[in-house]
Amino acid sequence: MSATENISLPGQCIELGGNGKLRLDCGVELGPFPFAYQTYGELNADKSNAIMVCHALTGDQFVAETHPITGKSGWWGQMTGPGKPLDTDRYFIICANVLGGCLGTVGPKETDPATGKPYGLNFPVITIADMVRAQKLLIDHLGIEQLFAVIGGSMGAMQVLDWAARYPERVFAAIPVAGAARHSAQNIAFHEVGRQAIMADRDWHGGDYLSHDTTPRRGLAVARMAAHITYLSETALHRKFGRNLQDREALTFGFDADFQVESYLRHQGITFVERFDANSYLYITRAMDYFDLAAEFGSLPAAFENTPVRYCLVSFTSDWLFPTPESRAVVHALNAVAANVSFVEIESDKGHDAFLLDEPEFREVLGGFLNGCAEHKGLNRL
Amino acid sequence: MNGVVPSIRVDLQLIADMVEPSSSVLDVGCGDGALLQYLWKTKGVDGRGIELSQAGVNASVRNGLSVIQGDADTDLKDYPSDAFDYVILSQTLQATHNPRTVLDNMARIGRRSIVSFPNFGYWRVRMSLAWSGRMPVTENLPHQWYDTPNIHFCTIRDFVTLARDMNLHVERGLALNGKGRPMGVNATGALANILAEQAVFLLRRA
Repeated sequence: MSATENISLPGQCIELGGNGKLRLDCGVELGPFPFAYQTYGELNADKSNAIMVCHALTGDQFVAETHPITGKSGWWGQMTGPGKPLDTDRYFIICANVLGGCLGTVGPKETDPATGKPYGLNFPVITIADMVRAQKLLIDHLGIEQLFAVIGGSMGAMQVLDWAARYPERVFAAIPVAGAARHSAQNIAFHEVGRQAIMADRDWHGGDYLSHDTTPRRGLAVARMAAHITYLSETALHRKFGRNLQDREALTFGFDADFQVESYLRHQGITFVERFDANSYLYITRAMDYFDLAAEFGSLPAAFENTPVRYCLVSFTSDWLFPTPESRAVVHALNAVAANVSFVEIESDKGHDAFLLDEPEFREVLGGFLNGCAEHKGLNRL
Repeated sequence: MNGVVPSIRVDLQLIADMVEPSSSVLDVGCGDGALLQYLWKTKGVDGRGIELSQAGVNASVRNGLSVIQGDADTDLKDYPSDAFDYVILSQTLQATHNPRTVLDNMARIGRRSIVSFPNFGYWRVRMSLAWSGRMPVTENLPHQWYDTPNIHFCTIRDFVTLARDMNLHVERGLALNGKGRPMGVNATGALANILAEQAVFLLRRA
């Protein structure tokens, strides 16, 4: 059985698509379906201080609290809390588990009401836009006219850009971090390696592993190991591990984890399996692969025509998964429509993962940008 | 628009005085964003900036200003025409690769352009070259010829001639001394070209 089942999760879960189903890009109409989210801070009287945080591929709604499954601290805990850039004394922070996810929101491991069995591969293929449409239903449900900000890194940044393009009047400020307006061929290629690893595991059972009371642990672990390499930089890997050996004095002339880096990756793979569903991994990576704002709107500037949103793009120098030119392409498109845009590249040798780590300059830039936006919006302190 | 009203360099103050309240401004080469900050706090100006140095960009964004990392030579072409009331180029023209193209883009993007630059016709500069036979190094032009970012110096007369060639009308001009204070001479005249250490011009398409 999946480790993520039968656990009572903190936060809230509402039913969406009950009155009026959610029409997905693939044509399927979904609903009613469960949608799990977590909040921090308080929504002010005129509901003007809400910030939607969009999580990355393997993230979840537990931004700033001990994770209910792993016991680790929240993935953006250093950014979120009293006095931090996402200041819970000032803003109302919302983060929802994405459509297709595996921590409360409907996804392939949830029960298909039509069959009474887990969806498995009968779950419809979802897109980044579908994720955003579902989040917008949540905002409607909460009675929030306009989000003060939408922010997210990596796949979260894709959602942020989609939010701003699709619902510009519902977003005051958009902060796509370490992201892109489309998934590159190289990124699709890495995802395909991960998916093939999962599907090659005989415990996958054509996606029907829950009926077989098993889970493709090895495949999912290998997918995570391959992906994890893309989140780091060569410099960071070398600094952390070099060619150091793992608990041994000499090479063993075998295929055990001789090197620390191998042991580290194996650990990453094994622990990931405990908290993530393999089919969710297939669906969410697919959603990222399909993302291409320019293709959907005709061109990238067309996606942002007459946008009233204030943008702040952030990239990191050593990020080779979502490198700076991807952010710069968005900036150029925003300039072409005379949008209000800030763009900073943060010096870091920690690779794509830098957006999750404590980078003081990133923290300061984010805090400053949000302060400026609050001043422009006339958002008073609580 | 609350908080302490910042004070800025005298030459930036003179540029700020040329900007109408509540207008929109693109500051090309905005440094740490001092002028944008001042325009926002004192005049409610909707400002944006482009800055080459990442440190300047990050400092600006930390202060809540809308600034991107970019280059006057290569990144102005992205902007649509008539997108701003003013496009400002302060002490940066001489460091661009193609000043005429930069001015051309500024005039296209903004309804008005404001340009400030050091005057290479200033008498001390002329004397330095005439008497010592060496490239001038002054307080306001402190670089040696081999490490200067300033690759396209001009005199006030050069600038006024180019503006005329480009069909740009000088709405206002100020001849400034080394401290950035106005000198009370006609900014487009021969005297300014000798006595002024820098100049500011407000231009619009004729």
